[in-house]
Formats: sequence, C-alpha cells, structure tokens
Amino acid sequence: MSDADSRPFFSALPEVSVSEEVRVEGNISMASAPKDDGFSTLDEPVRDTVLRDLRAVGTKFVHVLYPKQSQALLRDWDLWGPLLLCVTLALLLQGGSVDSREDGGPQFAEVFVIVWFGSVVITLNSKLLGGTISFFQSLCVLGYCVMPLTVALVVCRLVLLGGSGTASFVVRLVLVSASFGWSTFASTAFLADSQPPNRKALVVYPVFLFYFVIGWMILTFSPAQ
Amino acid sequence: MATTKDPFEFQEFEEAESLLEENRGSTTINIEDVKESQKQKRSLGGDEDEEYLLTNDDKAKLLSGPSKNAPIWSFEYYQKFFDVDTHQVRSRIIGSVLPWPGKNFIDLHVGRNPDLYGPFWICATLVFAIAISGNIANFLVHLGKPNYKYVPEFRKVTIAATAIYCYAWLVPLALWGVLLWRNNKVLNLVSYSFMEIVCAYGYSLAIYIPAVVLWIIPSEGLRWCSVVVALCLSGSVLLLTFWPAVRDDNLRVSIAIMSAIVVLNVLLAVGSKMYFFSSPEPVHQANNSSVVMTIPAKASN
Repeated sequence: MSDADSRPFFSALPEVSVSEEVRVEGNISMASAPKDDGFSTLDEPVRDTVLRDLRAVGTKFVHVLYPKQSQALLRDWDLWGPLLLCVTLALLLQGGSVDSREDGGPQFAEVFVIVWFGSVVITLNSKLLGGTISFFQSLCVLGYCVMPLTVALVVCRLVLLGGSGTASFVVRLVLVSASFGWSTFASTAFLADSQPPNRKALVVYPVFLFYFVIGWMILTFSPAQ
Repeated sequence: MATTKDPFEFQEFEEAESLLEENRGSTTINIEDVKESQKQKRSLGGDEDEEYLLTNDDKAKLLSGPSKNAPIWSFEYYQKFFDVDTHQVRSRIIGSVLPWPGKNFIDLHVGRNPDLYGPFWICATLVFAIAISGNIANFLVHLGKPNYKYVPEFRKVTIAATAIYCYAWLVPLALWGVLLWRNNKVLNLVSYSFMEIVCAYGYSLAIYIPAVVLWIIPSEGLRWCSVVVALCLSGSVLLLTFWPAVRDDNLRVSIAIMSAIVVLNVLLAVGSKMYFFSSPEPVHQANNSSVVMTIPAKASN
C-alpha cells in the first residue's frame, strides 16, 4: 500500500492487473512501451514471443525454488508449467515394471488424472472452505509446486541406472522425502495466506496427501529389466 | 448494562460478518441491521441468559438463512457443507473413535451442521492408506525371496477407491431410504437427514486409518486384533448413533436395520483385510482364490 502511495502513477496498476489477469504477463516484459502493447507484439519475431513465455515459466520455477515472494505465482498464472511438469512426470514414470502382470506402476493416463483431478479437487476444497484465491491461480500454484518431485524423479531414474540395491533405495527415499517436503512447504507458503486462520490445517492436509501420493508413485518406480 | 453489552455485541457482529461475506456481500448490511435492532429491542428488558439464547438462535438463522435459498447447482449450496473449522473436524474425529454409551455422535458432535469435508478426505486418506500399506505388507512378506520382483500394484488404489467410496455413499443412501420409509409407517422421534448420515458414516471410517497402517506389520494375530478393535469402535459409534432413530419401531425391524449396519461394516473391514493383505503362508494360488471370494462380497456392498 505504501508503494502505491509513493508512486501515484502506478497506483491504478494493481487493480487493473487483478481484474484482467491474463494480460499481466505481456505488460511486464513490454514495460518500455505499455501504451501500444497490443500492436507491438504483432510484428515481433515469433522467437521473441516464445522466449518471453518461456521466461515467464522459468521465473515461476525460480519462485517455487525460493518460495518467499508469495505474490508472483499468484498474480499472473499460467498452466504451461504445470502441463510441462505433468507430462514429464507421466512420461518418466512409463517404461517401468510393466511385466506381463497387470499390477504394475501407474499408466500415463493414471498419472495425468491423479495430478489434474487431484489439484482440481484440492482447489474446489479450498474454495468451498472459503478461500479467497481464484480457481486457476490455485491450479497454477499446485501444478508448479510439483517441480521438486519431478526433479526428484529425474534424479531417481539416474540413480536407478546405477543399480537397484538397498543403497539406491535409501538414496531415493531421502531424495523423494526431501522433495515432498519441499513441494508441500512451497505450496503452503503460496496458498495458506488465502485462508481464514482457523481453517489453514484443513486446506493444508489435502495438499499434503496429494504430494504424498505423487511422492509414493516416484519412490516405487522400478524400471523394467 | 451498556458496558456488558458492548464487547459482547462486537464479538457477535464480527463473527456474523465473516460468515456472511463468504456468501453474499450485498445483503450483509440488511440482515445485520435487522439483527441489531432485534437485539437492542430485546436487551432493553434483557436477561443475560435469554439474550444469549436469542443471539445463538439468530446466529443459527443467519448461518442457514442465505444457504438455504441457494439452488442446488450453485456454489453456495455446497459451501454450507464445508462450513467447519479445524477444531470442529478434530473433535468430530475424536468423537467418532471414542463411543460412549448414551452419547449420540450426530447430536453431540455434528449438530445441525453436517459437513462433507471429513467424509471426503477421510475416505481419500483411507484409500491411499489401504493401497500403500497393502503394497508395503506384500513387499515385506516376499522380502528375501530370490525370484521376487517388486511391483507397485497401482491397481489396488482403484479397487480400494471403488470399494470405500461405494460404502461411504451407497450405504448411507440406502439407510436414509429405509429410515424414511419406516418414518412414514411409524412415527420416530429422531430422524436424520441424508447429509447427517453420510457425515456419521464418513467419520466412522476414521478409526480404520490407523488400523490399516498397523496391518503393515506382518503378523496375522496383530492384524486380526486391530480389525476387531476397529470394528468394535466404528460399529458401536454407528449403532449408538442410529439406535435412537429406530428405537420406536417394531423390534424386529429395528434389529434387522441394526444388524444390516453391522454386517456391512464387517464386510468392508474383513474384505479389505483379506483382499489387500495376503497372509504370509500362501503363494500365488491362495492369493487368487481370496480375490475370487471377496469380489462378490464387495459387489453386494
């Protein structure tokens, strides 16, 4: 609020960006010419457009790694990052122990459904409990916070290349637990502020369960021999 | 009078405001004005007790007022089923695992505010608890066998989800129908709404979560022990809750309803124990036969 008072020129900006969430992303990187923003993106090279979006996704990844600035992920949401992470997760969980037996690991569609359906249910839950966060903002946060677990899966697959003995299991267990804690902590840092204080635990618990299940899928992944 | 009234009024005011602003901000001023004037009228000749009762009544009216009007397809309609705080959910879970003779779970803990938060998330937790600990137990059984290859058995999640969500929703639906039918025939003093029955059933599953985690330990005696303990606790909570609703009925009918509740509960517990946790001795064939045996049992749920 003091920020807005000291710079009256930008005082109207937060209101505008809240009401039109989609536009914010463009405005930030085109700060030099905010007036003709809609026209100037027309004749820019495609490479710039793609790079700008990628940069926005990359910035959000950094925010998940350092979950301190709780506004950045919430103000300008996108679902590119969650899609990327979810597809990576589901693809890397393939090629596992698919024997002739049917009770192997989760299939691609199962991972996909668990991630998306899970985050939709958690979002609905927090909205029903009276949270002030918008639907897609919450989806965005939950999706981006899968990142530590996806990284853990990549490392786990590398570890599994070396062998699958007890030592490798202990390494994977430590990795997955650490990234599970990280995911839960990061998403809680973003989401918990939007809740009434006496309901925080009710909102955090489903998030905990969600990342726990994803962590379990990663930990139990064992490659086909 | 004025000094005692002021802090009291402020507290009430803020609570009602926070409750209202979730639902509809536009009518806030209207309702509060009415309430305030009512309260002032009352406090003129006011007795403290009477005033407390009245404001409590007002609060209940305020709570149910806006949401009752909301149609079933609107978001607000479902918001009233998630109108719980952390301490309420905690006390309901504790109440559901500690049956006390003469204490009715719905009357004592739920009141007129049945929630869906507890049933939904308790079921979700139980699904993953059963699938994960069943998998770990299976792994521990086969640990050290030379030609055993670990599989995550993700299929168990789907089966557990189907069984548990069916139990937690279809059984209350059937029970609600039966109670409604009996209420038409015989006038019962106590009658429960569908949501209250779902709430009681959902919370009664809470005791199975620690029990299922205990089943990881590969000892059949301990497993059956915890099955029996969990069955007694959750079954007696259900019985104590639903007995008042059928007490005034024909004795044979009420006993039939009560025993149906118990039998379905036993089926769920024993079925999941037999299906998800194979005992140490049998090899592959015995495992298959238990599958065949328990699937019809679940279908009848």
